[in-house]
Amino acid sequence: MSALGALLVRDMRIAVRVGGGALIGVLFFLVVVILVPFALGPDLVLLKRIGPAILWLAALLANLLALDRLFAADHEDGSLDLLLMSQAPLELVVAVKGVAHWLTTGLPLIIAAPLIGLLLNLDALADAALVATLLVGTPALTFIGLIGASIAVALRRGGLLLAVLVLPLTVPVLIFGVAAANAALTGPVTFGTPFTILCALSLASLVVGPFAAAAALRQEIE
Amino acid sequence: MRLTAVDLACHRGGRDVFGGVSFSVTSGEALAITGRNGAGKSSLLRTIVGLVRIASGRLTLEGGDPELTIAEQAHYLGHQDALKTSLSVGENLRFWAGFLGEKPAEIDGPLEAVGLDALIDLPAAYLSAGQRRRLSIARLLTVKRPIWLLDEPLSTLDAPAQQRLASFMRVHLTEGGIVMAATHGALGIGNAQELRLGTAEEVQA
Repeated sequence: MSALGALLVRDMRIAVRVGGGALIGVLFFLVVVILVPFALGPDLVLLKRIGPAILWLAALLANLLALDRLFAADHEDGSLDLLLMSQAPLELVVAVKGVAHWLTTGLPLIIAAPLIGLLLNLDALADAALVATLLVGTPALTFIGLIGASIAVALRRGGLLLAVLVLPLTVPVLIFGVAAANAALTGPVTFGTPFTILCALSLASLVVGPFAAAAALRQEIE
Repeated sequence: MRLTAVDLACHRGGRDVFGGVSFSVTSGEALAITGRNGAGKSSLLRTIVGLVRIASGRLTLEGGDPELTIAEQAHYLGHQDALKTSLSVGENLRFWAGFLGEKPAEIDGPLEAVGLDALIDLPAAYLSAGQRRRLSIARLLTVKRPIWLLDEPLSTLDAPAQQRLASFMRVHLTEGGIVMAATHGALGIGNAQELRLGTAEEVQA
């Protein structure tokens, strides 16, 4: 277990250092959301209506940014060989890297979301609903992304392939994340219905993601 | 402890890299793997640690820890140094010590042994190629593992550092370890067996 703890600390440290993905992810999220009011104009009703969808889309894209380096960096510098040789099961190693990725890119987005919501004319209730959906939904984005990141590991410019592979798989998360946030605002369905499905999607990806990613890595590395 | 390979073969990328490789190394022995570029020296080392699948043949370790695989009892020093440029020298070594070892290891001694103790807080991005290699060698000294698999360990090292590595290998051998090294030159540790890849008959001296 100490091995996995060491890996978690290392990955988080790299993410917050210069050139790491944590700060870039949050800044990208901010920029995308800030651009939308400029593009749409000062229509407060419209912004409020599409606000949750915009925040979710921005979170989805920001999440992708750091994903393509998640395994590729370890592959390039030879660390991945040693991770594969480890006594710790590769599935757990992959899961720990996913957790580190979520803590450094997913969590900062969730913290920034209420502030950014102000720009889209979201009130306190909408902000709260949005934060709740992002909190349970972004782990699904990370853990589905693990699969794409491991498939694209050995490719130059793997980030493009990653986006093409991962984005279609995240469609259900996007649908139910935005649906839950909207349900809290306007109805007619209750917040709980789509929110429960979102939780289920997250839990399923927590299980499937590491196994699929580990299998892909074992194939790729040969 | 004895590492034995019988008739080992390896296919990579639809091509036979090597076949019919047999060797046997016991505790305290070193095996130098030689051969032309592309003869399969690196592939052989990667096969032993399980990073490349064995196409045919048998690889066994007698006398090791039966709970662990060969890879878990081996150090693999590849072409790349497995260092993160944004982390400092100390952070890099401490990570591998924590990841590979059971208990927290002391890193000051190994860093001093490879001559990097003064650079402990320097980001690894500023290290020269030889210094990077020395830092990854410090990994072998920090966490004790009986089998060392080294892929051209002498490349990028200057003469004093090569001599130091040779002395680390000699100490490791006298402590009952096994050293297998892919190399083009002499390892500098005296009586190493030689396994020549890429010819019809394996020369085992």
